[in-house]
Amino acid sequence: MTSTNAAVRLEHVVFSYSDTMVRFDVNFVPGEITAIMGPSGAGKSTLLNLVAGFEIPREGRVLIGDADVTSLPPAGRPVSMVFQENNLFAHLDVAKNVGLGRSPALRLSASDRHDVATALTRVGLAGMENRLPRELSGGERQRVALARVLVRDRPILLLDEPFASLGPALRADMLDLLASVQAERRMTVLFVTHQPEDARKLAENMVFVEFGTVAATGKTDDFFGNSGPDGFRHYIGSERQ
Amino acid sequence: MRGSATLTKTTVDPRILAGIAALTAIGLLIGGAFAGLGVEAARNPEGAAAAFDGYLFRVARFTLWQALLSTLLSVAPAILVARALSRHPIFPGRGVILRLFAVPLALPAIVAALGILSLYGRAGYFAEPLTALTGGTWPGIYGLSGILVAHVFFNLPLATRLILEALQTVPADQWRLASQLGMGARASFRLIEWPAIRAALPGIAGLVFMLCITSFTIVLTLGGGPAATTLEVAIYQALRFDFDPARAVALTLLQIALTAVVVVALMRLGANTTGDANLPVAGRNYIQASAGEKAFNIAVILLALVFVGGPMLATVASGLEADLARLAGEASVQHATLTSIVLATLSATLAAVLALSLVMARRALAGSRQSGKISLLERFTDTGAGFVLVVPPIVIGAGWFVLVRQSVDVFALAPFMVVTVNAIMAMPFAVRAVRPAYDAASERHERLCAQLGISGWNRLRLIDWPGLRRPLATAFAFAMALSLGDLGVIALFGSDAVQTLPYLLLSRMGSYRTDDAAGLALMLGLLCLALMMLADRLGKETSK
Repeated sequence: MTSTNAAVRLEHVVFSYSDTMVRFDVNFVPGEITAIMGPSGAGKSTLLNLVAGFEIPREGRVLIGDADVTSLPPAGRPVSMVFQENNLFAHLDVAKNVGLGRSPALRLSASDRHDVATALTRVGLAGMENRLPRELSGGERQRVALARVLVRDRPILLLDEPFASLGPALRADMLDLLASVQAERRMTVLFVTHQPEDARKLAENMVFVEFGTVAATGKTDDFFGNSGPDGFRHYIGSERQ
Repeated sequence: MRGSATLTKTTVDPRILAGIAALTAIGLLIGGAFAGLGVEAARNPEGAAAAFDGYLFRVARFTLWQALLSTLLSVAPAILVARALSRHPIFPGRGVILRLFAVPLALPAIVAALGILSLYGRAGYFAEPLTALTGGTWPGIYGLSGILVAHVFFNLPLATRLILEALQTVPADQWRLASQLGMGARASFRLIEWPAIRAALPGIAGLVFMLCITSFTIVLTLGGGPAATTLEVAIYQALRFDFDPARAVALTLLQIALTAVVVVALMRLGANTTGDANLPVAGRNYIQASAGEKAFNIAVILLALVFVGGPMLATVASGLEADLARLAGEASVQHATLTSIVLATLSATLAAVLALSLVMARRALAGSRQSGKISLLERFTDTGAGFVLVVPPIVIGAGWFVLVRQSVDVFALAPFMVVTVNAIMAMPFAVRAVRPAYDAASERHERLCAQLGISGWNRLRLIDWPGLRRPLATAFAFAMALSLGDLGVIALFGSDAVQTLPYLLLSRMGSYRTDDAAGLALMLGLLCLALMMLADRLGKETSK
């Protein structure tokens, strides 16, 4: 269950879709959580999609650890991802949805099934194996997705606003769970969020994306201090204070 | 780190391979037919050229003329009927009428032809009153009048449903405004209804015209002699009776040219070439019709009802007069029924598989599209598939008939031809049933599947199949009904050895065993109707 710490690097990456173009040149600290913030449409999700392999850069390289993964398909990369929604297949029960993280053919050994049950217990869903997604709350569904991340056990975790549709209390619970899981596994986590408090609570590092490129990077404490980057301060509205 | 090293670089999505396989199969079937026509034309160019004679152009002219008249007679009254139905969104029986108007779409043409004959034919239910009315002996409707009545029977309800759908796009606020401004029937037709109808009319008329120039069964059974023959029937006669492949080639080329022109025109007009209409749900539209208008509308609806319902009633009545028990016991009937069901099942399976392959490939190609450019392959899996409708079944059949006639026994090919050609003809409809469900599921699952490495057979089995069962069942039932009722390919390739129900029906008609034919028509009609209702129901439950 040990994940090796792996750095994520985008080297001179250029990607274009319809008439927008993004350019990324950025390093993510291995084994730590980095919050990615920025205005809507700035390219935050595109950044994650490039790391996940859903988008292929026109130029440049995507590196994970020392390996060039630029042309690997999504399933071939050492990466798990949790989306804002649609993380589960609606017709499959909780255990099967988690089990798919172990075997895409859903052929599970007894030890695989044991791991699934353990992961579900870890995220607070013990005994819910046979529930269908529609019988779960929004928060529980994201917990199932997190259990699948545990079962998959990849060193990189990408989170694309995974808690955006949850209420404040639920979101706080999920952040705690995420923090404790990360403390165990030491995954390199890239976390896209719109909530400054999420970033302050969870992330050691910040990446600020604006106008299709990385405008600033740094430690979270510095970002939210008085000497934070201007664009970021403007974005979170702190300069009015 | 698990499994990441075992995956090689980008592999081709198996869904795209499935689409390519489906397109190849379709291409081979159509290409083989064209090869047959080409080889025959090359072997006997003088014969093919000589076949472009006065007879051929008379046939072509009649084909266009009957289609034009049929379109006019279907669409113009349909405007009145649709308008009447839209002016009265709530009255008892309205839903029943609309459902009744969906029935002709499900009825095999030969069943409808028989229904019309048992009503207006020389020995039909109306023969006596018509004889009394006209003075002379009622000759029965054959020739142009028969063809027109049958085409209007099929297309008036279709056009009505499509026009009604167009009328329902008028926003409720416009109706509210119209009633507040005190617009009468005339003004609201001119200012509100007509603009909505006019936008949809070219597409609807084009679709009806297309259906009428490719109509085979109606013309074969109701047309009479060389004076009332269309290209498709002439192709059939050239091959089955005159053994004149050169003439068949000339006729076929002309037919393809004609349909191609109409389809291209239709695409320009943005018509929906698979032509199905949703059952419109009536909303309140704030109309207070005057008493005079109400009476007129009621008369229009009743007339249409009698015209459309008459042949259906006649089919049932004359079918019940037949000795159904004896028919059901006949070996030839049992054999034909079994043959029909086996061939239709195979054909529907093939249609569903082809449709699913094309739908999956299109989605996979659209997803892997890098720039905004749409590849030729994607186009083929998308609208290209609908182009098979340009090539009527008789044309494909005729091509293969002349291609293989010297090397093998053409009649032995009957099962293969019926299954494949009917599958291809049903495929565009099956695509329409399957695609929305697949695309919606893919929208939710595509990235998740890519992320978890679920692809190929695993994806079909675990992810796609549970959501596709119902739409595929809809496609299957629809394709099966189409194939069961078809009398295109089997008319060319049928023989005593291989008979389907429509073929048996045709031969009983030909030997003047009208009672038998009526009984068989009732059986066949009910079978197809049941399948279509099943398809409709499954489709509705899916879209929930």
